[in-house]
Amino acid sequence: MARIQLIDIAHSYDPGAAPWALKPLTTTWEHGGAYALLGPSGCGKTTLLNIMSGLVRPTQGRVLFNDLDVTLLPPEARNIAQVFQFPIVYETMTVFENLAFPLRNRRWSGTEIRKRVHEIAEILELGADLGRRAQGLSAEIKQRLSLGRGLVRPDVAAVLFDEPLTVIDPHVKWLLRRKLKQIHQQLELSLVYVTHDQTEALTFADRVVVMAQGEILQTGSAEELFETPAHQFVGHFIGSPGMNFVACEWREGAARIGDAAIRSRSASPPDRVESLSLGIRPEHVTLHQAAGDNCVPARIVSLRDEGTRSIAVIEIAGQTVNARLPQAPRFSANAPLFAHFPAERCALYADGRRVA
Amino acid sequence: MNRIKPVNQRAWWLVLPVLLSVAFSALIPLMTVVNYSVQDILGPSQRVFVGMEWYKETLRDPELHAALLRQLTFSIAVLLIEVPLGVALALAMPARGWRASLTLVIFAMPLLVPWNVVGTIWQIFARGDIGLLGYVLARLGIGYNYAQNPTDAWVTVLIMDVWHWTSLVALLAYAGLRAIPEAYYQAARIDGAGRWAVFRYIELPKLRPVLMIAVLLRFMDSFMIYTEPFVLTGGGPGTSTTFLSQYLTQKAVGQFDLGPAAAFSLIYFLIILLACFVLYNFMNQAETRDAT
Repeated sequence: MARIQLIDIAHSYDPGAAPWALKPLTTTWEHGGAYALLGPSGCGKTTLLNIMSGLVRPTQGRVLFNDLDVTLLPPEARNIAQVFQFPIVYETMTVFENLAFPLRNRRWSGTEIRKRVHEIAEILELGADLGRRAQGLSAEIKQRLSLGRGLVRPDVAAVLFDEPLTVIDPHVKWLLRRKLKQIHQQLELSLVYVTHDQTEALTFADRVVVMAQGEILQTGSAEELFETPAHQFVGHFIGSPGMNFVACEWREGAARIGDAAIRSRSASPPDRVESLSLGIRPEHVTLHQAAGDNCVPARIVSLRDEGTRSIAVIEIAGQTVNARLPQAPRFSANAPLFAHFPAERCALYADGRRVA
Repeated sequence: MNRIKPVNQRAWWLVLPVLLSVAFSALIPLMTVVNYSVQDILGPSQRVFVGMEWYKETLRDPELHAALLRQLTFSIAVLLIEVPLGVALALAMPARGWRASLTLVIFAMPLLVPWNVVGTIWQIFARGDIGLLGYVLARLGIGYNYAQNPTDAWVTVLIMDVWHWTSLVALLAYAGLRAIPEAYYQAARIDGAGRWAVFRYIELPKLRPVLMIAVLLRFMDSFMIYTEPFVLTGGGPGTSTTFLSQYLTQKAVGQFDLGPAAAFSLIYFLIILLACFVLYNFMNQAETRDAT
């Protein structure tokens, strides 16, 4: 059982000189949750993970496990397992010895170790390989083995994964991912899964935490991240193609693209903003030949047929917008065209952040 | 003939320069030695074919047996001291920052000193009258004289070699250590592994290929050691520091027994080849045994 709380955590790899690798943040990871930490390379997600496991001591802030302050505890004293990007196994040992290693270091007796190792090997389907040297195993088995070394400790309450599928062959990736989900349910563990792959994050986790440049931008379910991105970055990063952001102005009580007033779910933006944009997913943009409410004159620049759908790149007031259409549109070349932005699907973003 | 691909035989001309240089630097001298080894050279134009005679004589030479035994003991001692010491030093060296650069420079220094200078340094350093080491030992009441006591001479040559070459092992091991990804250490911390376990199960296995090179290099080099003992002791006192190459030189240059010396060098060459072959295979086998 573990609820992990990070209170005002921040980290710099060279305090005083380098900028924050991780800007001050406070967040809670509930017991038994499956979380994904999603963000581009260098956004601080691995740093955040290492702070939780104790490999990195944060420059400021506190880490609580079940309300107990563990900030100063070393990794071996925390009930946390970590699986790294590249499979880490002790190559000169057998699979059995690898699994027994954390227990031997904790001075377990031989019979207890045997019992526990066989239990875990059973769960991870490593039973047949117990006598083999770890060196010759495939990357996928090695990765299961390094997960096993974490799970073998019965007190482990959370497993942290740092892009664990990077070196796994595509055809066994889904096997391993399914195994992870199964273990999550079977052992009632909290899982935190770091990745830069949105599909991996969205299929694996109940809650996805999106990070960029050392900050947590949004935490939510796959649907929330897709429908109501809290930040322009989240909109861009999730979805394919990402969310459209059209620069607009606030005049006479309405957001306007050119002269057209566009209603959205957002209230009026704060008074002083550097930039104001209208965000809409390509999935919600539709094209019409007649003008109407919430419509903007548009011109098709190019069309890309993706089989079941097509992506139209259109130009609106000098800006490029993607529209995902169910089938290739048939419009006469010279007729006027309008893009319709449904008001309930639009939101305003002031300086990158969503306006409520 | 199968018509697979037309082969342009003129490509062989590209190999010619290398072939020529290898021929003149290795093949022809080697054949000359083989030629000498089966003849008795009486004078510049007087020679007699003697067949395997020199080989038989060399193999029966008790002085050679003694030199070979001395040589083996020396090389084994060198390996037993320099490899563990080198690894220990590499482990103690700072990993980054200006201290790392400084240590690397200091460690590289003995390797930059010409071999006869190393001999000269130690010859003076260990002298009882003016050398720092010899003088201190004498003042401490330790009877030490490398010029007269065979054991002292042998130990001095050994220490000199350790001083000269441990750096090489240390630098190789250091490079090997730096190549171990940080995640291995992190995983070991989470597994609760102690310092010894980290060394035994992470660092040592990862260092193995590098150490294999170090052992081979140090074995070959120490087996052919010549300059330093020549400068320090001249092979003495008696024959206590006369190693194989020294003995060979005495025969070839000192006594001008070209035939026996040639037979000797070929046997010497074969011994080194055989020893390296056995050593390499032994270590390689240990590796593959671990892999399966």
